[in-house]
Amino acid sequence: MNSLPDFQYLRPATAADALRMHAANPASHYIAGGTDLMPNIRRGLVTIGAAIDLGGLGELAEIVEQGGALRIGSGVSLARIAAHSEVQVRLPAVAQAALSVAGPTHRAGGTLGGNLCLDTRCNYYNQSEAWRAGNNYCMKRDGEGCRVAKKSKRCYAAFSGDVAPALIAMNAEVEILGARGVRRQPLTELYQDDGMKWLTLAPGELLLTVSVPLDDVWVSAYEKVRMRGAIDFPLAGVAVALRREKDVLTGLRIACTGVASQPLLIDGLDAVLGKPLDDASLALIAEQADLANRSMKTTLVDVLYRRGVSLVLAKRLTQRLWDAAA
Amino acid sequence: MKTILRLSVNGTPREDAVAGNALLIDYLRDGLGLSGTKQGCDGGECGACTVLVDGLPRLACGTLAHSVAGREVETIESLSHEGNISRLQRAFHEHLGAQCGFCTPGMIMAAEALLRSNPQPDRAQIREALAGNLCRCTGYVKIVDSVEAACGTEHAL
Repeated sequence: MNSLPDFQYLRPATAADALRMHAANPASHYIAGGTDLMPNIRRGLVTIGAAIDLGGLGELAEIVEQGGALRIGSGVSLARIAAHSEVQVRLPAVAQAALSVAGPTHRAGGTLGGNLCLDTRCNYYNQSEAWRAGNNYCMKRDGEGCRVAKKSKRCYAAFSGDVAPALIAMNAEVEILGARGVRRQPLTELYQDDGMKWLTLAPGELLLTVSVPLDDVWVSAYEKVRMRGAIDFPLAGVAVALRREKDVLTGLRIACTGVASQPLLIDGLDAVLGKPLDDASLALIAEQADLANRSMKTTLVDVLYRRGVSLVLAKRLTQRLWDAAA
Repeated sequence: MKTILRLSVNGTPREDAVAGNALLIDYLRDGLGLSGTKQGCDGGECGACTVLVDGLPRLACGTLAHSVAGREVETIESLSHEGNISRLQRAFHEHLGAQCGFCTPGMIMAAEALLRSNPQPDRAQIREALAGNLCRCTGYVKIVDSVEAACGTEHAL
């Protein structure tokens, strides 16, 4: 790792303060746990003029039930989300996803906001300066062209956050503070499929909270596949939210991570609703999940494996939730 | 630019002039001479630099020193008093939990955080709490044995 470059350390008193600080220092970055940003700065992947530390903002550190939804501040640590009884019982996919992030030390510092805004990852990007120089860099940082898809004009680095698919499957909304005040939008709209600009946030905009509807009719689960059991990003991760009424499947939302530059909500699942879950339904789920999958050779593991394992996870979790909801 | 950092380190209130881009591990090791905290992978992957911040395990190599202003930081040095090592440290000694010893301060601080919140963890819970700490001498069995032994009765060691 390189030494840290010289930068200013700023500590805002409020979220609005943080926005003003960012406007005054355009090369600044918001930092909370720093578990992903700090290694990236030290690898020379991020240019930083000032670090705006959101860690002291109490307004971002609350979990409250409000209007039939659970409102989780972007500054809440992943450890706290994973251990929160309401999240565990009513939003199990979210608790499971938070618990699957890295190791306990990362989760104690890493925050919900940090995991949702996690930088996209690629074999050719998350490397030391010397390694990247030896491979002539890439378009995501310091170079030109894509090393994964040589003729591509876009970057295919993969979004690898665990919590986003769980929240998307649970129909979450986010509150964003920008120059024109606070706006509210579905979490899916926070992302776009571009490895270099995977977030739709304008410069300086700040993710404040995430609201997840507390509808007890839905059951949910999250599972990921990774190279090693701890401190690893997903090769593929799948969250499923399912609603069963007697012997009829009345709702199904499946979201994936690690298989595109954004978390993906799988389309085209309406055909499996209104009847019991059967083998034909599972085949259609697998087909739709495969259609959406945009895995590229951004990890050391083969693309076909990541595609295949995504389908297996989608079918396995759906079947498990269906059986458990009987 | 250096600004004043106020915090508590191992129970002692401190005020030091610290650069805005200083890492907690450099402040502890180079600034305060607390070299028990080890710099391993230096990239947030091995856990050798684990210290406690307000009782929770944190990676000192990926934490800005100023971000823990006003907080209580504990390093491996805080566990021994007047030359007497703690029960957990003694358990590592007695049960051969340390081989080369480089990962040991991080292992012990991560285990210390676990035992404070859960004084009687089972082996699965110990393994989970130490999942972020790597040992390259492959000593995990002895490490888990050591933490388990430290949970025993006061007279067991």
